[in-house]
Amino acid sequence: MDILRSERSRIVVSLGLLSGAFILFAGAVGMIEAFHEREVVDKFISLGQLLMLLAPFAVGFVAASRMAHTDASALTLLVCGAGVGILTAIPTVILLLFNSEEFRFLLDLTLKLLPLAVASYFAWQRYRAGADPRLVAGAWLAIAVLIGIVTYSFALVFEIKGELRTVLVNINRDWVDVVTFDHRKELMTGILTLCLATVASGCVGAIFHLIPDAPRRALLYGLGVTFLVGAFGETVRLILQEHLDRDTLKEIFRRDTLRQNAALALFVVSTVTGFLWAMFGQNLRHGISTMEYSQRRVLNGIGMLLFVAILLSLPWLIGRTLSDVAVTIGIFVLMGLGLNIAIGLAGLLDLGYVTNYAVGAYILAVLTSIGPLGLLKGTFNFWTVIPVALLAAMTAGFIFAMPVLRMRGDYLAIATLGFGEIIGKLAISDWLKPLIGGAQGVQAIPKPVFLGAELKNPEQLYYIVLVACLVTLFVSIRLNNSRTGRQWMAIREDEDVATAMGIDTARAKLLAFTLSAATGGVAGAIFAAKVGTVFPNSFTVFISINVLSLIIVGGIASNPGIVVGAIVLIGMPELLREFSDFRFMMYGALLILMMIKRPQGFIPSKIVTHEVRQGVKLKPAAAE
Amino acid sequence: MALLEVNGIHTYYGNIHALKGVSFEVDTGEIIALIGSNGAGKTTTLRTISGLMTPREGSVNYDGEVISNTRADMLVSKGISMVPEGRGVFAKLTVEENLDMGAYIRRDGAIKEDLKGAFSLFPRLQERRKQVAGTLSGGEQQMLAIARALMSKPRLLLLDEPSMGLAPVLVDGVFETVQRIANEGVTILLVEQNAHMALQIADRGYVLQSGEVAISDTAANLQKNETVKKTYLGID
Repeated sequence: MDILRSERSRIVVSLGLLSGAFILFAGAVGMIEAFHEREVVDKFISLGQLLMLLAPFAVGFVAASRMAHTDASALTLLVCGAGVGILTAIPTVILLLFNSEEFRFLLDLTLKLLPLAVASYFAWQRYRAGADPRLVAGAWLAIAVLIGIVTYSFALVFEIKGELRTVLVNINRDWVDVVTFDHRKELMTGILTLCLATVASGCVGAIFHLIPDAPRRALLYGLGVTFLVGAFGETVRLILQEHLDRDTLKEIFRRDTLRQNAALALFVVSTVTGFLWAMFGQNLRHGISTMEYSQRRVLNGIGMLLFVAILLSLPWLIGRTLSDVAVTIGIFVLMGLGLNIAIGLAGLLDLGYVTNYAVGAYILAVLTSIGPLGLLKGTFNFWTVIPVALLAAMTAGFIFAMPVLRMRGDYLAIATLGFGEIIGKLAISDWLKPLIGGAQGVQAIPKPVFLGAELKNPEQLYYIVLVACLVTLFVSIRLNNSRTGRQWMAIREDEDVATAMGIDTARAKLLAFTLSAATGGVAGAIFAAKVGTVFPNSFTVFISINVLSLIIVGGIASNPGIVVGAIVLIGMPELLREFSDFRFMMYGALLILMMIKRPQGFIPSKIVTHEVRQGVKLKPAAAE
Repeated sequence: MALLEVNGIHTYYGNIHALKGVSFEVDTGEIIALIGSNGAGKTTTLRTISGLMTPREGSVNYDGEVISNTRADMLVSKGISMVPEGRGVFAKLTVEENLDMGAYIRRDGAIKEDLKGAFSLFPRLQERRKQVAGTLSGGEQQMLAIARALMSKPRLLLLDEPSMGLAPVLVDGVFETVQRIANEGVTILLVEQNAHMALQIADRGYVLQSGEVAISDTAANLQKNETVKKTYLGID
């Protein structure tokens, strides 16, 4: 018993069961099966299997690193890795057995014995604690009957229906195929394969901890790049398709899947690059930092030029489908930059940002539409409406800000949330139907025309979004460093003290809401022009939440962070459309993970880094 | 004529009658101490004067002008500056940025000069000018809060419990500084629980008790007053 109570075994058991539960859960909700559809490396591994093996690998590594201080030998670590691996497989194996014809009786047995076992356990505990035997017997009976009712009815259902998947929809043949690595027919071989795979991956995880830092990082980098390219094979192929000829492409991809040779080559190349960077990257960075100022400036200039060149040629580099994604990302970057004025700079938690987006979209739709709802057919075009949409959104922001100026924090958030809902309901209402079409929305919105050419492709719309983003970025940087920005910062920190500095907080907040609304209006107008139709159900609270989340994930009050946040939260789901059922689950998991591991966001602003790292210290010391 | 005149103000928190007709006056160049126990209405009085709260009855006159209905931020440009309770420095801004915020209402060119002045008054702040204010010690934060209040070039400085949460050895320093500021011609209204220290530097003092002025006298006399000695100075 002692070995089970040691620290090591506790680590192994808890981590192993954690990853086991994860795999079981991912299987039961159908995630593994759905991900299996996408092959990462042709005829080698699918995304679903990768997901399954990633869990023991990760916990194997974590287990090894948690044991580092107990001076465990390499062999011990290996055994622990194997232990974690086997524990990962166990829950899934049990379910596999329950699911099979031969071992169905095990399920029946378990369901029938479970109430007795649980009741006896509790009764024994109470009895040992010195309870009255008659009471113990009564409790035993009660617990057994209560749990028994549930488990016996399940047993009955399974007996009648004969299959697990009548209750657990996703525990079906396809799932068995995936977890047994295509050994559905010979179940024992399948179970053995699964165990071997998880054990091996747990061991590899543990070994990974033993490898010195530089090669480890290189290997991780190599594996990461290979699997990412594989997982996003379709996207990568779309990009390469623009620049490579058909035959070369066929060498690399079989349809959308990376071929084995190509994957191997990619792995080797990226690992070697990663290794070189790990070895010499430090020197390189050191070399740059000790360079003369003028030289560094030249280097910075080259970097800037390269960046601008990539930005400008992006649609040509990535092709049509991805340009479309880029436009969507750009629209959200635009909104992120706008909302950041309210949230990041002035600390006003606005949960009704969708209001501005909707106002911009409907203004453009109604003013330019050539359909029956168009007000002034032909008088306005995209370019003349943009300033109108901007002003309209600002007005909306101003009006909605008026009643909530005196509110703070949570109350403000709830009030703005309400405004967002009101706009959604107004858009779909019968009252405004003659004007904006109710549930049918506004159709036939013409594309923008530039110098006589219609900008109908995403590649062309991309430039409109780019310009809008750059202008907004410029304005927001200037604002951040201005007297106005300082004023917002003071309000964010402490409204009373800000007043004591002579700041008119009401005016400053009004300004923040109004300016923040402006880009939302432009984003909405571009969105309407891009899609060509405007429906009320495009303007839900999810838009507000998305924009807020991308700011938080990227790093609050950080402009580069907003771009990264938009790429991760808006771009990735676009590329993972086929897994749309699990989109919000992954989204939620990512947000939770971020808040635990990196609450300051991907690219935090300086001030926020300080807040998160030293949060406790920042409160004024109570006493010296 | 008095620089600040408080005429029978009644201030409420909702239905709670916090100030029940408080009256006192502050002459130019004086240091006035408002002392009293917890809940006597000291901070409420200060918040009413600085415009964060509005009295239901009575008025506050400043420099011959009624200010009891003027917004807090407008008062700063009229020359009233406040050091809030618990210091209230902008924790995430640097020392220098905090001082800049203090000069928010000013648009003249002498801000740089005054920054130097603040640093010569508090050399510790100069050493830490690039440091984030939240990482300063409690005493340094108090210095920063006072220096920041001075950046708006006030004629009247309202200090709310400057000794709160400070070690005794630092409290001496804070009161010394207050004295020095007064010597430069700034009128000071000081709210303190530490009656002993406050009465040492003050010219006159008012004792507040459950929302009313109970005793008013010169600081020297208050120090000798039996009730004050017993209740606030802890001397039997």
